[in-house]
Amino acid sequence: MNNPAHSTATVYVPRDSAARSVGADEVAQALQHAAVRGDFALDVVRNGSRGMLWLEPLVEVVTPQGRVGYGPVTSEDVEDLLAAGMLDGADHPLRLGLVDELPWLARQNRVTFARVGVTDPLSTEDYEAHGGLRGLRAALELAPADVVAEVTASGLRGRGGAGFPAGIKWKTVLDGADELKFVCCNADEGDSGTFADRMVMEGDPFMLIEGMTIAAHAVGASEGYLYIRSEYPDAVATMRRAIGIAREHGWLGKNILGSALDFDLHVRVGAGAYICGEETSMLESLEGKRGMVRAKPPIPAIEGLFGKPTVVNNVLTLATVPVVLAEGATAYERLGVERSRGTQVFQLGGNIAHGGIVETAFGITLRELIEEYGGGTHSGRPVRTAQVGGPLGAYLPESMFDLPMDYEAFAAAGAMVGHGGVVVFDDSVDMAAQARFAMEFCAEESCGKCTPCRVGAVRGVEVIDKIVGGTHRDENLALLEDLCDLMTEGSLCAMGGLTPLPVRSALTHFPDDFLGGRRLLDIQPVQATGARTEGTE
Amino acid sequence: MTTSGSDVTVESVVRRVVARHRGERGALLPVLHAVQAELGHVPQEAVPVLAEELNLSRADVHGVVTFYHDFRREPAGRTTVRICRAEACQALGADQLVNYARQSGLPLGETAADGSVTVEQVFCLGNCALGPSVEADGRLYGRVGPAKLGSILNGTVSS
Ligand SMILES: Cc1cc2nc3c(=O)[nH]c(=O)nc-3n(C[C@H](O)[C@H](O)[C@H](O)COP(=O)(O)O)c2cc1C
Ligand code: SF4
Ligand code: FES
Repeated sequence: MNNPAHSTATVYVPRDSAARSVGADEVAQALQHAAVRGDFALDVVRNGSRGMLWLEPLVEVVTPQGRVGYGPVTSEDVEDLLAAGMLDGADHPLRLGLVDELPWLARQNRVTFARVGVTDPLSTEDYEAHGGLRGLRAALELAPADVVAEVTASGLRGRGGAGFPAGIKWKTVLDGADELKFVCCNADEGDSGTFADRMVMEGDPFMLIEGMTIAAHAVGASEGYLYIRSEYPDAVATMRRAIGIAREHGWLGKNILGSALDFDLHVRVGAGAYICGEETSMLESLEGKRGMVRAKPPIPAIEGLFGKPTVVNNVLTLATVPVVLAEGATAYERLGVERSRGTQVFQLGGNIAHGGIVETAFGITLRELIEEYGGGTHSGRPVRTAQVGGPLGAYLPESMFDLPMDYEAFAAAGAMVGHGGVVVFDDSVDMAAQARFAMEFCAEESCGKCTPCRVGAVRGVEVIDKIVGGTHRDENLALLEDLCDLMTEGSLCAMGGLTPLPVRSALTHFPDDFLGGRRLLDIQPVQATGARTEGTE
Repeated sequence: MTTSGSDVTVESVVRRVVARHRGERGALLPVLHAVQAELGHVPQEAVPVLAEELNLSRADVHGVVTFYHDFRREPAGRTTVRICRAEACQALGADQLVNYARQSGLPLGETAADGSVTVEQVFCLGNCALGPSVEADGRLYGRVGPAKLGSILNGTVSS
């Protein structure tokens, strides 16, 4: 173990909260203890996650050939790995090979996620050495209107769900006459199956700060708010530290990077309300109020935070802006299909063997994501459905898995891409229960402002219960249809307006589950078996 | 965490917290988080003080405290364990965890008789590829089965 060839070995152990949730802190600690005991010098860098979450904790060792990965590593494995010569990249059953060359990763097109998992998230040197600040420097050379034009030309659309073109939103704020304008980053990420925002904030926080600063320059804003949900304490802590470091380096504050730009950024923590991800509700919450949805118009770009012109964008939207400015609009626009340009950060979760982050150009099919990247279910049972785009997204049957990931194609098929979350279910799923949950969730999380949503969702649960229970089934099915129409047409925002999407898709594609026709399998609880120790395909 | 100390009253805590956040725009949420961090909950006596300090009506403050799931009006157990019940964790058997907790005498929303632990539900912890997910006092656990939940609940979890 005492290899004289090492002056100091460098080992990466993620501190991403998903990696920590399966023992990364303990692995880092075991490595450090071993170094002290074994009297060798070890530099443990806590990086973000590469997004191969089923391999977490993924330990990477720097070797002359590149970074060699081992995973998933437990603290009990550490001794054995060191004895086998892990610090030299030696062979071991957990050895995965050169991480950059793992097919799962190599096949992706990492644009927004290029640095996540590669660098030390809080190292300014790492950040600049890997292309950080190039976008901001380029933007500061341009007039605000030209920055807006560049973002518009890139075709970048909002990644928070609705897919509205970022440049057009920014133009409205730029054109607003007010002295005081805001940039607000929506980091509420309440959708089940989405975790990319969290991984950006924990794994490459300066990128988000840089993106927000570029937005501030582009629209003439002097203050920014980052609204992070309280369920993400690690992201909150990392962003706060990164903002402090950025201020010390003149990346925030007065005369940013020696330019005329003054901009400062504050973190605000949500308080456990899903609806506060809706942009106007988020603004109310930032103002210290209940998160009640505001009627639009006026849109936030005209009357936003405290009534001032405000850019509201998702984490991934803002985090993608630096690379657009650094590499140019054309380079970004060349990726993708039709009106879905650039890359999308797909998030594979639920009952999936290889869950994690897949960043690729738009146009990839759901089947490629679930079968080729995801490797099927975690339980090993057949895939029955995937819910795409969060709790308000449709449940799709396997027969629709060849749909290309593209905003318009999904909308045409009665589904939505949303934030890019894909949640996989095996054949043990009861789709009537899932439909019921969609209504229950809406009832629980409704802001309460309008009746179709507030009352409709409660009725929805009752009606589904009656259908499943066999009470006046036909009448209640018709009633459910009516209720879905009413919620779709009559709700003020997409919470009530889209809840019928998961409900109807479950009914359309899996009617038997509602009619007692399908005898539910007697399924054992899904437990982590040996499956997690597989390497990449 | 105590309100029983001689000079630590709810009122003094609230006024001190508000003073710390004086310069912030629309500071009620950060103030409530800070009050809850110090007192473990947001007691009813805090409401009029907050209203006075922040120049709001009591109804406004009350409305905010009750709107958000995070703010509790009663003290919780020493540890709060939250089980994720959102879709990705459902797909991996989150309901089994809820059942397990219930069978252990800790249905959702309940605090153990000895005050050690409160069990709650949460919708998504951002760990959807490594579910079922559970959080205990800010610490996230992935791939949680009933056995692991058991040790989280009785505070003997390793790693
Ligand atoms: C019920 C509901 C929840 C939402 N949750 C989020 C969220 O968690 N994060 C997010 O960025 N956008 C969310 N949105 C979308 C926002 O309202 C808004 O469109 C988005 O933040 C704009 O940023 P973008 O254009 O960069 O996507 C939600 C919308 C609705 C209706
Ligand atoms: S649809 Fe629901 S969440 Fe949206 S404004 Fe109406 S009540 Fe509020
Ligand atoms: S659904 Fe449970 S962590 Fe996301």
